[in-house]
Amino acid sequence: MIAIIDYKMGNLRSVENALKRLGAEFCVTADEKIIRAADRVLLPGVGNAAEAMQNLRDADLVDVIRSLRRPVLGICVGMQVMCRHSEEGDVDCLNIFDSRVKRFVPAPDVKVPHMGWNQIGNLESKLFKGLDGGSYVYFVHSYYPELCPDTIATSRHGVMFSAALKYENFYGTQFHPEKSGDVGERIIENFLKL
Amino acid sequence: MVAKRIIPCLDVKEGRTVKGINFLDLRDVGDAVELGQFYAREGADELVYLDISATREGRNTFTRLVERIADGINIPFTVGGGISSLDDASRLLDAGADKISINSAAIANPSLIDAIAARYGSQFVVVAIDARQMEDGVWRATTHGGSRPSDKELFSWTREAQERGAGEILFTSMNHDGTRSGYPCDTFARLSEEISIPIIASGGAGSVKDIADVLTVGRADAALAASIFHFGEISVGDLKQELKRLNIDVRC
Repeated sequence: MIAIIDYKMGNLRSVENALKRLGAEFCVTADEKIIRAADRVLLPGVGNAAEAMQNLRDADLVDVIRSLRRPVLGICVGMQVMCRHSEEGDVDCLNIFDSRVKRFVPAPDVKVPHMGWNQIGNLESKLFKGLDGGSYVYFVHSYYPELCPDTIATSRHGVMFSAALKYENFYGTQFHPEKSGDVGERIIENFLKL
Repeated sequence: MVAKRIIPCLDVKEGRTVKGINFLDLRDVGDAVELGQFYAREGADELVYLDISATREGRNTFTRLVERIADGINIPFTVGGGISSLDDASRLLDAGADKISINSAAIANPSLIDAIAARYGSQFVVVAIDARQMEDGVWRATTHGGSRPSDKELFSWTREAQERGAGEILFTSMNHDGTRSGYPCDTFARLSEEISIPIIASGGAGSVKDIADVLTVGRADAALAASIFHFGEISVGDLKQELKRLNIDVRC
């Protein structure tokens, strides 16, 4: 069973639909027991990182998530809260990935939010099995995780940043695999097969 | 570099897509999900579904349709048409829309932008602006399909929309819409200088060159089109190949 953590950070429907299209069984939950028992855990999230951290604390999920030993995938803000710190609300996060989350600085060719399809490269994980460097995935974000030793994919928007991170059983993507067409479906499938 | 996006726009009335699309080898060309999947396979980067129903029943049918679109399509999609309250936006978000586009309602009640962005984030809010260049040279935002000029001047209204929390601007020049004579690229370029959020160009494309121009000279981030795709003049896939040959960054 796959657990999608519901911590009141945006709509989970697109993640649910992506799993449905792959024929995977899942539940949407904030129940500690179910999350601990799940084979795979997804931590989606759209919105503000400080609010996301507060919601995880309010739901008593901070230690639960940190103690998981099965594969966990954070998506977008769900990934950012797994980093060390976020500039968005100047908040300390779960400190799983050794990366800090910073805001993009707008420039003539750097629109903020970074919205749309961009290429990922330097792919270094089974998460990207079957995909080539240069594959396009869909991003929507104004804050980005810096490059760090946990970086398993990079992308560039004014600066080079971590498009995906991995530490032990924890994975995170800054982009939205659930909205990234066939490439995204492959990444979710790979995550389910880890 | 983030790729320039090509976005087909589908008009939906009483739950069915309208406009001449009989060239497609689809089982049911009126089915919005099937048509959307077709465009996604061809390489569309996003889709826009515009509800042109005039009735309450039509609106309810559209909400159910949005649920089916969300189930069946694996790229982002925006919905627009008749959204005039936070409740309307919530209903469409719950149905699975990735973004909503608001137009006349934002002009009548600009704080609607703040309310929706505060609740669901800027990435959810596209502010559509139909503007017309008046005889005195001033670009004025219009409502009701371009028929009524408002008191909003294009550039100040765009800045205001960004400040209130819009995540993207969808700009249509009513002087060019439907003319197939290209886009006002200088106006697009100036908009790009004035705001930092992405701009989608709409209305006026008659050729690949027009689209290439607005993405380069006009510095738009995306181009939205309806008739050139629906009438089969060029496929999304071929358009993107042509743009790539012109050294424009596109996903293909």
